[in-house]
Amino acid sequence: MFDHRIICEEGFRNVSDAGEVTGFEFLARLPYYRGLGLSMVENLAVTVDGEEIPREDVRFSVRGRSWTLDELETCYDDRWNFGEKATITVKRAGGLPAGRHKLKLAERLRISYLPFVPTTTFETELELAA
Amino acid sequence: MTYDIKRGVSLYSFQNDTFLGRMNLEDCIRTCAEMGATGIEIIGEQTFWGWPEVGVAPEKIAEWHALMAKYGTTPVCHDFMLDYKRYKGQPMPFAEQVASVKKDIEFGALLGMKFIRSLVSVDPEVLVAAAPFAEEKGIKILLEVHAPLHFDHPWILRHAEAYEKAGTDALGFLPDMGVFLYRYPRVWKERFIRNGVPREAADFIEAGFNDRRLAEYVVNDVMLKWGPGPQMGMVETLRHNAAFSPKRMLDFMPRIHNIHAKFYEMTEDLVEFSIPYDEVFAVLKQGGYKGHICSEYEGNRWVEDAQEVESVEQVRRQQLMFCNLLGETMPQTLVA
Repeated sequence: MFDHRIICEEGFRNVSDAGEVTGFEFLARLPYYRGLGLSMVENLAVTVDGEEIPREDVRFSVRGRSWTLDELETCYDDRWNFGEKATITVKRAGGLPAGRHKLKLAERLRISYLPFVPTTTFETELELAA
Repeated sequence: MTYDIKRGVSLYSFQNDTFLGRMNLEDCIRTCAEMGATGIEIIGEQTFWGWPEVGVAPEKIAEWHALMAKYGTTPVCHDFMLDYKRYKGQPMPFAEQVASVKKDIEFGALLGMKFIRSLVSVDPEVLVAAAPFAEEKGIKILLEVHAPLHFDHPWILRHAEAYEKAGTDALGFLPDMGVFLYRYPRVWKERFIRNGVPREAADFIEAGFNDRRLAEYVVNDVMLKWGPGPQMGMVETLRHNAAFSPKRMLDFMPRIHNIHAKFYEMTEDLVEFSIPYDEVFAVLKQGGYKGHICSEYEGNRWVEDAQEVESVEQVRRQQLMFCNLLGETMPQTLVA
């Protein structure tokens, strides 16, 4: 459910550190009717314009806290809440050029009652905000 | 036997609206109250951000009680999840699972709930170990009997035996009416066709389900005739759903304390397309059921790709059907 809503339409932009563009970010939600403890978020695979982003270059942030995907796996004291917009930041020197980009996100979540670990994938085209 | 069937709603029904921020908690409660559906069920962690890992601020609990008072609604059930796969590669230890259930018992009690819902996959021994604490808090833990499981499945029988042996009234069942799927849901079929299943294959699978054929035969036929593809996903639903009889609830009635009125599509003439609610109500009356029957709209995920999800209208129609089946006068707001 909500498969087509896991990437938010707003919030897609380059990010800078000390005047230098270091990557880009976008907002994402869970494809789920509830939230999930962060240790159960197994992977957030990002692809931009057909290029797969290495796992170690992806960071996840909610409410001012931030984790690498490896750190998420052992985080037992915070959650990705129902419908909550998390910021997914991708390290990429120079960020992305202005204009439209194909953005794909695959969320792999460990759901206790399911006999398998589902991955929900959604791809969309978004305009990079100025 | 005398029965006392009260109307309620699980806020699961409005998930599309709450996910998108189109309805807040007060909107949900007011909507239910206007329909005369005064029993409120929630999935704790859907309604309350932070639960369970972070916790819930006392102001949020106070707001909940204020809303119940303002709209004359009653807390019925907190559906808890128990994430026993919290640690990658190793199941949560038994004692920690019990402690987690106790936390949800406390949370349920704090919200004024009478029941908390356990997922069907939880081990009976975990619930038995938590039962004395539930008794102390005035809470009953109800195992959700949900498809593909059903009342004759050995796993459910094992639960029932464990509850009897424990000699406690704090453990029981919460049947989901999706177990009684008499007809292949139209909204499922149409979604599978949009996903690429050839219409002919979809018709074949639907007929196989409606003719009560053994799922394995239909799966094999579809593989031979159409080969791998989205049709295999559609035919897989026959392994997980079936037309069990609502009468199977009768043997378990003393331990049934809440009901999920699962539905996929309420038609304009106020019937559920695939679940026989007339039979369901006849059985509940015959068994002297006393408790709530809570709307649980699950058509949302089957139509969201093609249209706006109309949760409130769908729930309204189901509540009208409940009124008809119970011989209740329909609240004016429902008829309008």
